[in-house]
Amino acid sequence: MAALLQVENVSKHFGGFTALAGVSLDIAQGERFGLIGPNGSGKTTLINCISGALRNEAGKIVFQGKEIGGLPAYRRTRLGIARSFQIPRPFHSMSVLENLLVPLQYVAHGKEEEVFAILKKIGLADKAQALSSQLSQVELRKLELARAMAARPRLLISDEAMAGLSGAEVDEVLKILFDLNAEGITIIMIEHIMHAVMRFSQRVVCLDAGRIICEGTPASIVQNADVQRAYLGA
Amino acid sequence: MKYSIGAAAFLVAAVGAALSGAVNEYFFYAAYVVLTFVVLATAWNILGGYAGYVNFGTGAFFGLGSYSAVVLFKALSAPLAVQIVAAAAVGAALGFGVGIMTLRLRGIFFAIATVAILFIMETLMVNWRYVGGATGLQLLRPDVMAPFSSYTRMLFVVMALLAVVAVSVARYVQVSWIGRGLRAIRDSEEAAEASGVPTLRLKVFACTISGALMGAAGAPMPMYLSFIEPASTFSLNWGVSALAMPMIGGTAHWIGPVLGALLLGSIQQIVTVTISNEINVLVVGVLLVLFVVLAPDGIYGLCRKWLRSSK
Repeated sequence: MAALLQVENVSKHFGGFTALAGVSLDIAQGERFGLIGPNGSGKTTLINCISGALRNEAGKIVFQGKEIGGLPAYRRTRLGIARSFQIPRPFHSMSVLENLLVPLQYVAHGKEEEVFAILKKIGLADKAQALSSQLSQVELRKLELARAMAARPRLLISDEAMAGLSGAEVDEVLKILFDLNAEGITIIMIEHIMHAVMRFSQRVVCLDAGRIICEGTPASIVQNADVQRAYLGA
Repeated sequence: MKYSIGAAAFLVAAVGAALSGAVNEYFFYAAYVVLTFVVLATAWNILGGYAGYVNFGTGAFFGLGSYSAVVLFKALSAPLAVQIVAAAAVGAALGFGVGIMTLRLRGIFFAIATVAILFIMETLMVNWRYVGGATGLQLLRPDVMAPFSSYTRMLFVVMALLAVVAVSVARYVQVSWIGRGLRAIRDSEEAAEASGVPTLRLKVFACTISGALMGAAGAPMPMYLSFIEPASTFSLNWGVSALAMPMIGGTAHWIGPVLGALLLGSIQQIVTVTISNEINVLVVGVLLVLFVVLAPDGIYGLCRKWLRSSK
């Protein structure tokens, strides 16, 4: 399989703090990829570098054969990288529908019906006209995913879309992500809810202190001594 | 369609009033200033209201427009229309330059930068002998054009036209894809960027358009006063009013700054005549505080709330 996204030796520092120290990853077309690691291990920094919210200092980020490290975030979205935010950032003065119209107009140049189809798929259809500031936590998470979908991405980065949700709600969001992947969208999932990552991912990478400490199938990751040490501090 | 009819009716009424002998001359003298505020408040709202980037430097754009007009008038005796177009171009250029340099700054830092630009402009003009330096320049108005009976009446109609242009531009920006992008920027810049909105480009565009309209609004001012000097031309009061009016009227809709400017501008004119010129700033301040506390969405927001609850 040809790699959709190649991260080569990417580094990022904040002052004296090393957030990423030479991270390399290949993500294949259509893959369900899990990214785990303790708090502060660099997961969000890595996807900020991939999505363009931050610029990597060293290394290369290649998407569909094109180096994108120097592009602003909106250009990367237009190339097909969409993300959801860990802390939901809805356009709070807009309705749910209008939230999705932003990427629809700026990226996909599609018709409004497309937005309704996405809302239906994600289970927000009855909230289309609601103001996004009036949504519940799980609805906000879904809105994050729906808005990312409206940009018609090839790669979807889900940054802790399930944090703080109940068991049933986690299953609901997982099902949405499975369905999107079945349509051919490559998904990077960042998550602390282990059973969700393990069920979802075909391959998992564990970061600790800005380095990849382990890579493999979900089953092998759980058994890995380094991963256990990173999480449990033993 | 409704909007075009309304705008046309307003212009016809303005021209009709200016040509009729029945209306007192003072009305035009006062209404000119109110209309100037309509243009300034509307222009301010394109960046400040839609995109949420607070500009305190309205005076810099307005004043530069005034001085551009004066230079053209003094050097080439250029007609008023040319002065206005040139002032808009200079205002746009300043907006573009300021935008490129400062719009990477977010929130309060951008606001501070705009205050600095105001002082830079004033200092430049104070030190420019050709336009009169700190003492200013007395200007002789050219003859009034037919069919108007006085220069003030003509300037009133010119400003009415500029107000319609400004409001139409603001309305277009609001309802188009640009407006949706600017609102996204105001709500969350990171999310806007992640949704494919070219945030810097849109902000610079808004700043350029806003600057052009402010510059144009400043162009007829020297002829209105027959005089120009830097201190009042680059007064911070322009910026405060241009900010207060949309806040009072409502920043989310193009009608907001229009309502705010008509209300606050008229009160200011009445207070100037009946009490004193000094009270003006106090009126702006008190009303602004009242609205920010009691009706943060302005008159427009209040009306919408009231309409919704009466349904």
